[in-house]
Amino acid sequence: MSERREFDVLVVGGGPAGIAAACCAAEAALRVAIADDNPALGGQIWRGEHASHSSNEAAYWYQRVKDLRLEHLSGVHVFAQLDSHTLAAETDTSVCELSFRSLILATGARERFLPFPGWTLPNVMGAGGLQALAKSGWNVRARKVVVAGTGPLLLAVAAHLKQYGADLRLIAEQASWQQLVPFALSLWRLPSKLKDALSLRRQLLGISYLTSCWPVAAEGKHKLESVTLRRGARTWSVPCDYLACGFHLVPNTELAALLSCAVENGRVRVDDLQQTTVPGTYCAGEPTGIGGLELSLLEGQIAGYAAAGRLDSARRLFANRNRMRRFAAGLERAFALRPELKELPRPETLVCRCEDVSLSRLREHASWRAAKLLTRCGMGPCQGRVCGPALEFLLEWKPESVRPPIFPVRVESLVAAARTDSETLHNPALRS
Amino acid sequence: MRDAVQMKVNGVTVRVPRGSTVAAAVLLAGRSTFRRSVSGELRGPLCGMGICFECRVAVDGQLHVRSCQMLCREGMEVTLSE
Repeated sequence: MSERREFDVLVVGGGPAGIAAACCAAEAALRVAIADDNPALGGQIWRGEHASHSSNEAAYWYQRVKDLRLEHLSGVHVFAQLDSHTLAAETDTSVCELSFRSLILATGARERFLPFPGWTLPNVMGAGGLQALAKSGWNVRARKVVVAGTGPLLLAVAAHLKQYGADLRLIAEQASWQQLVPFALSLWRLPSKLKDALSLRRQLLGISYLTSCWPVAAEGKHKLESVTLRRGARTWSVPCDYLACGFHLVPNTELAALLSCAVENGRVRVDDLQQTTVPGTYCAGEPTGIGGLELSLLEGQIAGYAAAGRLDSARRLFANRNRMRRFAAGLERAFALRPELKELPRPETLVCRCEDVSLSRLREHASWRAAKLLTRCGMGPCQGRVCGPALEFLLEWKPESVRPPIFPVRVESLVAAARTDSETLHNPALRS
Repeated sequence: MRDAVQMKVNGVTVRVPRGSTVAAAVLLAGRSTFRRSVSGELRGPLCGMGICFECRVAVDGQLHVRSCQMLCREGMEVTLSE
């Protein structure tokens, strides 16, 4: 392999959980690095925060990263495990071997997408997807946008797009008012969350927020031109340039699964110290269950302290973390998907966008394994990250086991990883 | 444009703010279709965060680059397969 790097603690993922974990581990004067696949630190929620800070919290953590001179390996895609203490990763130009004593997985979450007629048209994007593009240089000023799907992210995205000058048409939330009220009331117990909610409400004054409302089709010839929404018995069409549509979030558990960490109900299982079922491997943030920024920061700090052996510091954060976990449970109830959404795709609607496999072709099979073999569903470049969560909801198909490489990589990277693997196997001195 | 990067998208010169991703540059060049799917459908970015691979393009001859995760560089040449 072209390069081998050794660390006491390696953090995979540079969002809030990864940043917090790395800072807390680095306080103990360990060699710590954050490996992240994006060009800059911050993950999704703090995307762009390295340039200018929009919150005091982000400013605080970025200052700590700077003060601790944390090593940040950017544009690094971890794709395989070489041995129990070494991962293989690819950059734009090279392959590297990252070895560690302790590992902290902070791989974040992705949006859940549900297929509906027209969802593959250009300009139908994830809610977080359009926000990420807007934070990455795309100018949404005066573009007509409909935000739809479910989850608190919709409001954050809408507020952000409005701030960038987008012409927000409406926000369609599939959850019912009855589902949302108990959750909204529970915010009184969490002053920081209440403050966020009130601030979003202020920013979105005048924008209609329709509950029990969801998109049933996207229309357009070469790109999106309008979206059809349904609410109760009413169905109507809204002309727009972009549909920003996501159905809450799904934990990224692929790397944890590859490393044989137990994953249950789509979440990485951790103990009180955020340790997975693999000793010395910790997990923090969204992969342990969707809980938002504050919970991610707390879990990250606990994992960082635990990996550095500072158990008292870790334990001091347990109470706060457990309180935020109760909030996360409420989040899940409030934004649970309604069964009507299972009727969204028509038989001809594509479910697997990589291999263009329609729902009717999938329905011919009893399991994802059978469908994979015969339709190639989930075997394209995204490796089922998009269609997997959709099929879990639509057909109750359980995810398949994870195999390396967990991302498509260049052939030379695979060859280099395989070569290192056999060298390591045949030379006991190289094994850690 | 202050602090801009000049590059090409399918041979057309575009100037984008420094720090923009290639995906943003393609959109700024007026293209919403980035590629065609295996059955010939038009596709553009979906997830914006390196998961879905719908935004992949060729950059300076390197194929299958996720344009949402690569930053624009001066003189870069982006080719859409569409």
